[in-house]
Amino acid sequence: MAIHRGRGFASINYPIGMNLGGDPSQALVHSNPGGKFMVALSSIDLGQGMKSVTRQIAAETLGVPVEDVYVDTADSDTGPHCMGSFASRGTHRVGNAVIQAAQEARSVMLEAAAEELEVDPADLVTDGKGNIHVKGAPSKSITTAEACGAAQFKQGRTVSGRGIFLIPLSEVDADTGEMTPVSCFAHAALIVDVDVDDETGEIDVIQMNSAYELGRALNPRLVEQQLVGGAWMGMSHAAWETTEPYYPERSHGPLDFNTYLMPGPGDIAPHNIAILERPAPDGPFGGKGPGEMCANPVLPAMVNAVFNAVGVRIDELPITPEKVLRGIRANGGAQPQGRRG
Amino acid sequence: MAKKPVQFRLNGSEKAVFVDEGQNLLDVLRRGVGDLTPKYGCGQGTCGTCTVLIDGEPHLSCLTLAETIDGRQVSTTAGLARGSELHPLQAAFMDGFAAQCGYCTPGMLMAASALLERNPDPSREDIVEAISGNICRCTGYEPIINAILAAAKAGGARRYG
Repeated sequence: MAIHRGRGFASINYPIGMNLGGDPSQALVHSNPGGKFMVALSSIDLGQGMKSVTRQIAAETLGVPVEDVYVDTADSDTGPHCMGSFASRGTHRVGNAVIQAAQEARSVMLEAAAEELEVDPADLVTDGKGNIHVKGAPSKSITTAEACGAAQFKQGRTVSGRGIFLIPLSEVDADTGEMTPVSCFAHAALIVDVDVDDETGEIDVIQMNSAYELGRALNPRLVEQQLVGGAWMGMSHAAWETTEPYYPERSHGPLDFNTYLMPGPGDIAPHNIAILERPAPDGPFGGKGPGEMCANPVLPAMVNAVFNAVGVRIDELPITPEKVLRGIRANGGAQPQGRRG
Repeated sequence: MAKKPVQFRLNGSEKAVFVDEGQNLLDVLRRGVGDLTPKYGCGQGTCGTCTVLIDGEPHLSCLTLAETIDGRQVSTTAGLARGSELHPLQAAFMDGFAAQCGYCTPGMLMAASALLERNPDPSREDIVEAISGNICRCTGYEPIINAILAAAKAGGARRYG
């Protein structure tokens, strides 16, 4: 009886969003008279960072400090329509809608500033710190708050903008079946090392190493956090979670957290992540998004690692100790596959 | 159903409530005295997000009979910060991105604060043990463990309440 170390690899080519009916998301941006901006969305922040990222995108586009932007999400009564937070689409789809809305609001803000300064709006720039000034003449300036106040109390303008991201429906070629279901792809490769106990069938995840290409990482700390957490979800799906464990009776299945298994804080492994930035031409500031891809490569990589360790090819998830032991028995014992390279 | 008077200290202030027989502490905290920081997760003591400290020890408030806290000290996440000054654990959780959806965070903070009170210099294994009754579905635990280590380094053992 022994513990066998195995290494598994998986790579992934992952579509951002989908194109079944245009995949639209909308954003509305307006300022209050004090120059603070509100971004209204129905998109949902599940903790992945939608609010932070759309706030950064809006601030960058408007040319105002990030502290001056508020994001209101997830109320479909007050926010404009969004398809939702799924298909790894949030940053890309909603981000593009926010850019369009923020550009429109910015142009009104600059028109208001131009009227106050008696200059051409095309000559105005923002410094990102709350000031608007004439290009090359920083002393000829007005604050964003003053411009927004003048618009709403003197000039009769709403400093607001509307944005929507929509891609044309891709028709399916009748002869070849060819279509363009998505607008861009993100990519990843992941290596996982596991120990398999050939006496108990239990798996220990020893370490993960991964590389992710997801356009520009708009908020690198959030990207890393999403990848670390997502890999845990992948581990959990690979070797722990199931509503249908192999039991004779359905009623013996898991009904609560005592019996529905997940890896705990003692089961996790070090995960080294390399983030490769290759900005997407149609992404908001080049961003695509980590999304579902955080979890996906972990599953096939772990299956491959178990095969590498003991020669058992698992073809139904999760990789439970029982399946590993049955496989070892069917093979007449553990058959470590050795390493290439 | 008969009501029982219960007096206890919540984060240092005196509270007096009438509780139903069999009513749990989580319900008294949330609905009785309006402290919404302990969360209702599973309601059966398996997820840990309702964790509060009773006389400094972590307890699952969903499984604690409210009448048993008469005369005792209850601490919740609402009592961690001093005004606008965050508790070292809260600051470390923020700096270390140790929350995503945030639903497990109050329970994690209370389990961690009890740990740091009794062991100001915990090892990684001590931390894993201390939060092993708390489920997190988003972060993969690693940022939480790292945040607690960082808070300990920053002098996270700060008595309060």
